Amino acid sequence: MSPKKPFFWVLVAVIAVFLVPVLTNNVSLRESLLLAAIYIILTSNLNLMIGFTGYVNFGNIVFFGLGGYIGLYLVTAGGLPLVAAAALAGAAVGAIALVLGLGILRLRGAYFALATIGIVEAIQAFVANFEPWGGATGLYLSFQAYQALGGPREALWTVYLLLVAVMGLSLFLCYAVKNSRFGLALFAIREDEDTAAVLGVRTPLYKATAYSLSGILPAMAGALFFFKQGVIQPEQAFDLTLSTEAIVMLMLGGQGTVTGAALGAFLYEQFRGILLTSTVFSSFQLVIAGALLLVTVLFMPGGLMGWLHRRWPRLRKVLE
Amino acid sequence: MSALLEVTGLCKHFGGLRAVDEVSFTVEEGEILGLIGPNGAGKSTLFNLITGVMPPSGGRVRLAGTDITGWPPYRVVRSGLARTHQIVRPLNDMTVLDNCTVGACFGSETLGLSQARRVAGEILELVALADCRHRLASSLTIAGKKRLEVARALCARPKLLLLDEVLAGLNPTEVGRMIQVFRALRKGGIAIVMIEHLMQAVMNLSDRVVVLNFGRKIAEGRPHEVATDAGVVEAYLGDPHIAARLTGPVSDGATP
Repeated sequence: MSPKKPFFWVLVAVIAVFLVPVLTNNVSLRESLLLAAIYIILTSNLNLMIGFTGYVNFGNIVFFGLGGYIGLYLVTAGGLPLVAAAALAGAAVGAIALVLGLGILRLRGAYFALATIGIVEAIQAFVANFEPWGGATGLYLSFQAYQALGGPREALWTVYLLLVAVMGLSLFLCYAVKNSRFGLALFAIREDEDTAAVLGVRTPLYKATAYSLSGILPAMAGALFFFKQGVIQPEQAFDLTLSTEAIVMLMLGGQGTVTGAALGAFLYEQFRGILLTSTVFSSFQLVIAGALLLVTVLFMPGGLMGWLHRRWPRLRKVLE
Repeated sequence: MSALLEVTGLCKHFGGLRAVDEVSFTVEEGEILGLIGPNGAGKSTLFNLITGVMPPSGGRVRLAGTDITGWPPYRVVRSGLARTHQIVRPLNDMTVLDNCTVGACFGSETLGLSQARRVAGEILELVALADCRHRLASSLTIAGKKRLEVARALCARPKLLLLDEVLAGLNPTEVGRMIQVFRALRKGGIAIVMIEHLMQAVMNLSDRVVVLNFGRKIAEGRPHEVATDAGVVEAYLGDPHIAARLTGPVSDGATP
């Protein structure tokens, strides 16, 4: 990608914003932006399935949770450094998703969506009974693990920077797919899968590849996030609520657009922060998320970015 | 030399209904074959079987000597056989150019994105859709969508093109323009099988005509032979004197 493309500067600007807490040494801002980065990673990769391919994946959190488990297991039992563990977790989850995708992507529409929920439940039940991964009590990281990164304080900063890097990669992946031959095939599948096949798109393989691709970076994010937490348990790793929230963020920002997915995730995180700290709304946070989804789908089906694009068509070229 | 397309004993049964029943025919290189018959005769089903949209219950399909029976649609296109749909199926939320680029990217030759865009642009010139290239496919008129179907199929650079009622619903000027496109294609060496109800167009364009009724082939031959065939007149054409009118002097864009 060259500096001539507007997207290059969008990416630079986003990463610059995420480097502010590093420069100002602001820990509370870092924690808020860390969550925003994770949301952007989840939403951008979900966009590959929902926005580009037209398949609603309710179980996108499976990639995040499995990545977390594999990553933490490699660090605790294998003694691998964090970066290697995260990369391996990404590769492993990508491979699992490819095989899984070739099977479940034979289903379409609501049946596919239901199957993805089934996968979350099945994998959660499996992990909760899988002794090497600690069963229902989960995996705990020993304090020693942070020493490799120069102590707990430094480790938190390292994890944050790595997550920002994965976020940058997610945005770039979305952009690269959108402007590729592969992406064109995915759009054709989204519009009409049978026609896409008649036009020569090898639909089963392309769908499974998109599904697999949408799992790699969330898995790496999962490994990094649960390393930071120091513990991973089945309920937190495979949280269907977060899975659904990612869909709300995507619809809010604008499915099918790269910047929209990121914007939706960022705004949702900020909004969620305000709600959780207010005395009135803290227990109604999910109710409001649901209402937000309804309003978006009813009045702004293209999301924020879709609305902006309609208002100022020239923005299409700048904010893809 | 063997035929370009060789269909032998092709069948499709839906429960007890024989939608396509032991149909055999061949298409030579550069030939235009008309496929006619009353509604429900099994013409579109026949296309679906040949292009792999549905698996046949029996019979074989050979393209340039290769057995393509039961291949999935994307493999069939790559082997050089493209089609249009009777009910137009544009990729609505994509531009006209992108619709065609998909066809060019994944056609008989595997092209990169920029090369495919160029091919798509050339084909859009050919079917006179170049002015609409940046519009969304959903915004085209029905005539435009029909032309887009043809353009998209052509982008795959096929050896053989199956056209499913592309002239239906077009006005005389549009029919004339489309017929010119087909003539240009034939000159370029592309063979065509066309399902069409517009008899004057079929009779004038086709080298040979195959007639289906209730899933069976009831006649095959030169246009004037078929039009005078007693069985065809009874099953489909209705008027015994129609042959003279249909196979009369060629006039582009004329309606029956």
